[in-house]
Amino acid sequence: MEKESFVKRYGLLIGTGLAVGAAAVLLTYLGNPDNMGFCIACFLRDIAGALNLQRAGFDAEVGTGIVQYIRPEIIGLVLGSTAIAFARKEFRPKGGSSPMLRFMIAVFVMIGALVFLGCPLRMVIRIGGGDGNALVGLAGFVIGILIGIQFLTRGFSLRRAHPQSMAEGLAFPVLMLGLLGLLLAAPDFIFFSAKGPGSQAAPVLAALLVALIIGVLAQRSRLCMVGGIRDAVLFRDFRLISAFAAIILAVLIGNLALQKFTPGFTDQPIAHTEWLWNLLGMVLVGWGSVLLGGCPLRQLILAGEGNTDSAVTVTGFIVGAAISHNFGLASSGAGIGTGPVAAAVAAGFVVLAVISVTNMQKLEG
Amino acid sequence: MVDARGYSCPTPVIMVQKAVRDGAPATLEVAVDNQCSVENVTRFARNAGYQVQVSDLAGDFKLTLTK
Repeated sequence: MEKESFVKRYGLLIGTGLAVGAAAVLLTYLGNPDNMGFCIACFLRDIAGALNLQRAGFDAEVGTGIVQYIRPEIIGLVLGSTAIAFARKEFRPKGGSSPMLRFMIAVFVMIGALVFLGCPLRMVIRIGGGDGNALVGLAGFVIGILIGIQFLTRGFSLRRAHPQSMAEGLAFPVLMLGLLGLLLAAPDFIFFSAKGPGSQAAPVLAALLVALIIGVLAQRSRLCMVGGIRDAVLFRDFRLISAFAAIILAVLIGNLALQKFTPGFTDQPIAHTEWLWNLLGMVLVGWGSVLLGGCPLRQLILAGEGNTDSAVTVTGFIVGAAISHNFGLASSGAGIGTGPVAAAVAAGFVVLAVISVTNMQKLEG
Repeated sequence: MVDARGYSCPTPVIMVQKAVRDGAPATLEVAVDNQCSVENVTRFARNAGYQVQVSDLAGDFKLTLTK
């Protein structure tokens, strides 16, 4: 048996991780909110806002909420994946693996992410920025993944996907092109925050280009935050988790170089210190993401490859973000939301438990 | 043959892991429908001491695992 060399085994993933970390620091330097160079949950939430599905923190004086913007990073990640998938003949429209269940899981993953204030990628970026609350989130994330794995090893599956038409597979990438058009044309009916995190953004072209590159790398390397911990536990395979570590390392070095590394729990950028909710929010994210087969970033990349189940999942994220903000479930720097956060998180656990238990089956070859 | 077509990872790897654990067969055929699963099953199989050959299966992939 040929032994895979270290570089062959880990090179692309560690390289991708370092690139993602560097990109996150760069995009923050260019204008994105602190510790939010890349955050799939936050950016999908901003897109929900731009489409007026939520207008959190609405200020009548300026006429916008605080988290409304069509983030070109999302568009770039998807289209980068689509481009490289076509180039390598890996673009294969498929779907039909319990799309409605995926949609529901995605809604609660997003609610959990916005209770914590970040997707797994931003959690890692926050850790690299010195935010101790993100370590609490990581603990929750690991717990959630371990719960999900219990069901995976007992035969949990959302069932088979089937080939779909090219039109079905291309719908989501084309939707991204449409969003890009709306971003560039900036018509009056699209909302761009005049203040708050939604108003802090890297230049469109820079963000788009960086995201296209990361999209290509993420598609090639199969980068996934959930997969890292999952595969390490399930198969003693440490490839994906090496990228996870590389992101933290690159962000840490970048923040140190820019003198933005501020270790601690209080006064962290766009974060709160309510540890129980940071923990529980990420348990939801970890568990839900294992059921979905990948973290929010991975869902974007898969949607770019023509996976329509992932496209439905991303749509669920956007709806989840709108629900989070419209019902006061999303946290802010001041703490958790003013709405029924406990009830929503509890409902999320019930939904994930029911879906987990009712979809265990004998996986017949 | 372990037919993991339509499943996304890690399910195909779990199916192969189970087949290997249950019977430790000298040869095992696995069908998957995406490149990511080809890579993941190949890696798992090599670590379990198998050699892997990939061939076309009506547009999908057939992996032949041999000890």
